Amino acid sequence: MSAAEIQFPEIQFKVNGAERSVSVPPMKRLLDVLREDLELTGTKEGCGEGECGSCSVLLDGVLVNSCLVPVLQANDSEVLTVEGLAHNGALANIQQKILELGGAQCGICTPGMMLAAEFLLRKNPQPDLDAIREGLAGNLCRCTGYMRIIDAVKHSIQTPLSAVVHPPEDTVRKGA
Amino acid sequence: MDAHRRRHRADGRPRRGGLQQHKLVSLWGIGELRPITASNDWLTIGAGATFTDIRQNAVIAKELPLLARAASWTGAIANQNRGTLGGNIVNASPAADSPPALLVYEAEIELVSAQGTRRMPYREFHLGYIRTALQPQELVMAVHLPRGRRLPVEYLRKVGTRNAMAISKVALAGVGAMQSGGVQTVRIAAASLCETPARLPATEAALLGQALTSGRIQAACKVLLQEVKPIDDIRSTASYRAQIAANLLEEFLEQMAASGQETRP
Repeated sequence: MSAAEIQFPEIQFKVNGAERSVSVPPMKRLLDVLREDLELTGTKEGCGEGECGSCSVLLDGVLVNSCLVPVLQANDSEVLTVEGLAHNGALANIQQKILELGGAQCGICTPGMMLAAEFLLRKNPQPDLDAIREGLAGNLCRCTGYMRIIDAVKHSIQTPLSAVVHPPEDTVRKGA
Repeated sequence: MDAHRRRHRADGRPRRGGLQQHKLVSLWGIGELRPITASNDWLTIGAGATFTDIRQNAVIAKELPLLARAASWTGAIANQNRGTLGGNIVNASPAADSPPALLVYEAEIELVSAQGTRRMPYREFHLGYIRTALQPQELVMAVHLPRGRRLPVEYLRKVGTRNAMAISKVALAGVGAMQSGGVQTVRIAAASLCETPARLPATEAALLGQALTSGRIQAACKVLLQEVKPIDDIRSTASYRAQIAANLLEEFLEQMAASGQETRP
């Protein structure tokens, strides 16, 4: 059977609330399906081996490294990427705090950091410093030295994803 | 991810890294592999249980705390959410985090194939560097840990470059009990000191029945350094590993000695 004749199985899943369907090799990485087939390039590749956290997404509400998930294992699942954090154009609280407190420089770690923070705060709405550090320990940053990211998580406590308070105009004026 | 993948290339070398385009079957959805169940005598961990599952289990937290601790030191949160106990064991890195705790807790491992199941002491499972007793058509079904055999001293320490996302340079697990001033029971296991996760029977034998004077502790460290075979690799050196291993053993034995003091009439 030539390459042109191969029929890849259809993977059906929800991504950021929308039903999506792709016909791809089942072992294609979820990371690549998100970035290439769905053109959601917010999720980044830093290492490709589950050690840096840049590719973090929520899979059925659980934080995973999408570079280590064959897309077949995401069939019938729900995926949340960084593109799904904002709601109706308004930034999520963790995004707003990262902006206000200078928690992003090059930005490569930032999507993964925010997904990790979101996962942490859903499980533990009032984390102490040790819990924040543990929650983000799988996300490496080469630029910031982590302090402002941890501060952003601290300051976003009490208002996780579901309680969005910052419309987009404010972020342009307040942006560092 | 699941590490029940075929390990052999054409030339016999183990495969490494990435998601290879081979004929693979995902075990992720097999429900029978995931549960953690407790009977009166055994705590049974399905091979597909994740490290997060292990961390969240109340019986493990209470009765097998070294295993919960090892799970919390495996990678980081995202890895723990997907990585499985069976995968960790079958991948068979000598640096794996769970095996030392499983070894001192005297775990048994259950394997399943079309021919049926078999069960063996986990300490017999690792045959050599990244070689296990798993036959080509077998899967790990579960790991069984005996209940009701808790010893008063439990020790586990992992030495690595970071608090998370670190492969151990050395890790040491120990459990034991003192009686009448001497070592009544002791079990010691190590990661990253031998070509497999390893119990240390020579070191244990040197300690049984002994009072834990500083001289005895030093003698036990000497036996340890004869028994282990640390190497130079990308993460560390043989001499560093040897020194740290001796330090960890000393730390464990000092806890044993202190527990002996507490129980003296």
